[in-house]
Amino acid sequence: MSILSLFVLIPAAMLLCLFLCKGTKAIRAVMVAGASALLALSLVLVGLFVKERAVSDTAMLFTQDIVWYAPLNIHYAVGVDGISVLMLVLSAAVTFGAVFSSWSMSRHYFMWFCLLITGAFGFFISTDLFTMFMFYETALIPMYLLVGVWGTGRKEYSAMKLALMLMGASALLLIGILGIYFTSGHTTMNIVELAEQQIPLAHQRWIFPMMFIGFGTLCALFPFHTWSPDGYASAPAAVSMLHAGVLKKLGAYGCFRVAVSLMPQGAHEQAWIFLILSGAGVVYGALCAVRQTDLKYINAYSSVSHCGLILFAIMMLNGTAMRGAVLQMLSHGLTAALFFAVIGMIYGRTHTRDLREMGGLMRVMPFLSVSYIIAGLASLGLPGLSGFAAEMTIFVGSFQHPEILHRVLSVVATGSIVITAVYVLRAVGKVFYGPVQNEQHLQLTDAAWYDKIAIVVLMAGIGLIGLVPSSLYNLIENGLGPILRQPGAS
Amino acid sequence: MDFSNFLKLNQEAGLVAVLLVLLICDMFGGEGPKRWLRPTACTLFAVLTAIGFFLPATGEAFGGMYVSTPMTVLMKSLLNLGTLFVFLQSGQWLRSDAALRLREGEFYVITLATLLGCCVMISAANFMMLYIAVELASLPVACLAAFNKYKEESAEAGAKYILISALSSGIMMFGLSYLYGAMGTLYFDGMASMTANAVTVIGFVFFFAGLGFKLSLVPFHLWVADVYQGAPTGATAYLSVVSKAAAGFVLMFTLYHVFGGMEAVWHTLLRWIAAATIVVGNLFAIRQQNIKRFFAFSSISQAGYLLLGIMCGTAQGMASTVFYVLVYLFSNLAAFGVVAAVENQSGRTDIAGYNGFFKTNPGLAAIMMLAVFSLAGIPPLAGFFSKFFIFSAAAAKGEYVLLFVALANTVVSLYYYLLIVKAMFVNPAEEQPIGRIRPDGYNRLSLIVCTVAIVLIGIFSYFYEYIDSISTGMKQLN
Repeated sequence: MSILSLFVLIPAAMLLCLFLCKGTKAIRAVMVAGASALLALSLVLVGLFVKERAVSDTAMLFTQDIVWYAPLNIHYAVGVDGISVLMLVLSAAVTFGAVFSSWSMSRHYFMWFCLLITGAFGFFISTDLFTMFMFYETALIPMYLLVGVWGTGRKEYSAMKLALMLMGASALLLIGILGIYFTSGHTTMNIVELAEQQIPLAHQRWIFPMMFIGFGTLCALFPFHTWSPDGYASAPAAVSMLHAGVLKKLGAYGCFRVAVSLMPQGAHEQAWIFLILSGAGVVYGALCAVRQTDLKYINAYSSVSHCGLILFAIMMLNGTAMRGAVLQMLSHGLTAALFFAVIGMIYGRTHTRDLREMGGLMRVMPFLSVSYIIAGLASLGLPGLSGFAAEMTIFVGSFQHPEILHRVLSVVATGSIVITAVYVLRAVGKVFYGPVQNEQHLQLTDAAWYDKIAIVVLMAGIGLIGLVPSSLYNLIENGLGPILRQPGAS
Repeated sequence: MDFSNFLKLNQEAGLVAVLLVLLICDMFGGEGPKRWLRPTACTLFAVLTAIGFFLPATGEAFGGMYVSTPMTVLMKSLLNLGTLFVFLQSGQWLRSDAALRLREGEFYVITLATLLGCCVMISAANFMMLYIAVELASLPVACLAAFNKYKEESAEAGAKYILISALSSGIMMFGLSYLYGAMGTLYFDGMASMTANAVTVIGFVFFFAGLGFKLSLVPFHLWVADVYQGAPTGATAYLSVVSKAAAGFVLMFTLYHVFGGMEAVWHTLLRWIAAATIVVGNLFAIRQQNIKRFFAFSSISQAGYLLLGIMCGTAQGMASTVFYVLVYLFSNLAAFGVVAAVENQSGRTDIAGYNGFFKTNPGLAAIMMLAVFSLAGIPPLAGFFSKFFIFSAAAAKGEYVLLFVALANTVVSLYYYLLIVKAMFVNPAEEQPIGRIRPDGYNRLSLIVCTVAIVLIGIFSYFYEYIDSISTGMKQLN
């Protein structure tokens, strides 16, 4: 058995344990043990991967291939390259943080939680379109109940909107997958084999947009992002964390691994459409965030903007920008998770997320305030933190593009950095500095130990990417290699 | 006459035997309620169902009027299985009132009689045989629908069903007369050389309309909601699963074996009907307030997906259709098991009654949720796999536009299935919620089996692979 299958088996085992055990202590023990095991496993995997990569240059490592449905040539096939390894580490880190920031939740909540992360991890390790799609949908449905049952505000509306929009997107994916399967001329669902084949251009033209919009919707591609602000605002903190930190990356990773790398010519032809859309999303998300007064809405729109940037970078179709896209996936995953974790903790204490009702919290809860500020600074691209490394790489890459449209769009997208600074600093100034707005807030306590664990893990990741991005380049590089070598890519 | 022919009807013979035993027991068992009738019926029939899966295919009988292949054996066993679950789920209802208790035996006998019709229908290789079997399968269902004859709705359901089924049989017979006129024979083999011309197309359309009523395809679906709502839940479950599956199988066999020469004609027709069935079923399901009506419309749209597999005309299409029925059987009957349990104890069939159901009955709510998620095609449940296979069979035929319609409708269907989940998990309970529901042991058994099947059938590829290995495509013209 490949080490990768453990990433699916551990959450599944956690689910089973939760099914059997009762009592708060036992539930927490299961969740902490499982999340720690996943985090440890993902770090071990990085080490093993580096070692193995030195001696092997196949596209995927640690592969395992079991025939599942022989008549349709469906396999349970797993394997990782540098990029998926990084995604696994990100998912494990966010999961770890999410467990600690949903400390007081019930057993049923955690059961859905486990199902969700089973899907997310399964997606990143799959190399077969069918299993990939299956894990993708497995990750979506728990969201409905997590938001609908444990959410706040307009939760029923948000949960339904989220579930339906994402399932609609997955309907496009399914058509795309079947299209790839039947038109590639090689009835296989293995993405490594498919990447070596040429899907006829005529088919790429219709399959590519389906796949890109399908996965892009999950990554909040403008104008299919509308589920995201409502969904995040209503979801419980840990669910927003997982969704912004991990699930959106599922979308981005899918755009990259399936849409762009299997259909490079299609991508090349239609790049301009999606560049305009994602560029618009980058600016639109940032502008919307400026207008919001609810902390969660601010960060939900900020997440639309940052995820737009990921898709923007992917569609630039050059090495530097794509490298930046992967860094941005990591960076946004960690900062968004940190944001939502801290907001959840603040909300749990103040019972409001409205900017206008808070103020001077720095004096009351310094740890949480500083954490929020660090997340904010990472998000606006302060050098030394993850956002800077990622956005810098993306913009260097996109300016390299020779065409005028691409350059104009890059200039427009760069403008979002300024707007980001506006909404982040505005929120920071209102909430953490100035006079205390509500006398009762003076009685509040700072982060508890379990809150601190969640925050520290995520913050460590942000710092690490910001300080030593070059160490990640190697990992990213050999994941990009096969994609950039394809015809049609520049 | 060669009586060995009767031995070839092994499954039907078994059914007749069980039916007779129950009939005699019921007749001579003395007056009053009979405690042992239900265990006898369930056990005997369970044994028959279990044996059915392992019976060998026996080939032709009665000069080619009857055919038994591994596929027909499997299909009949599926129908048996579905009926077995209906038996298990109906006991509580049959014992809920004295008038029903007296007629418990009748319920089993009538259901077995219609099942016998369904089985013969699948094996028929001659239109006369087919027609008789269809009649045998439909008439007793009217008795089932009107089983609660003192209840107005039940009587209405029975009346509606008998009228519709008489009409549809008449239409089917009318179509058959055209086909007979064109071909001069009623044997499937003799008619396989049929090509499209005015007479055969008219004949086909009428024949198809007749089957369409049974399969509840749009525009022949108007009776479905009223009958499903009015009939006792056991009868509704039977109608929505067994009777529908049998009609689907028959449609598939006739299309593949008889009408292969005019594929271009029926392919166009079925494409529109499938799209209409899926869309109309879904749109009407959204607004339903009664859970039985809700499942009526959901089952109409499911029939549309079934048609999607049937119309492919390939071995893959057949395999995915049969697999779809297998999964649909477990999912739908799991849902109906819960509906029956709730109805028997609280008398409620409105969806609002399920508000806060998870708080009072976590186990049943979880089963209901798994069932509707499987019907909606959510992984890792079996419904996801069966939908994927159907879609993949359609994609293999290049039906991408139809596929798009079907997939867009899975999103609509997810919406209304989620409404059920929302009622159970999200909505607050009413002031007087339905209390703790306790299904009896039989029903509990059926629910457990269905749930386990929903979870496992997709993950273990054996089932689909076996079905695929015995599937055949359209008969090629020589």
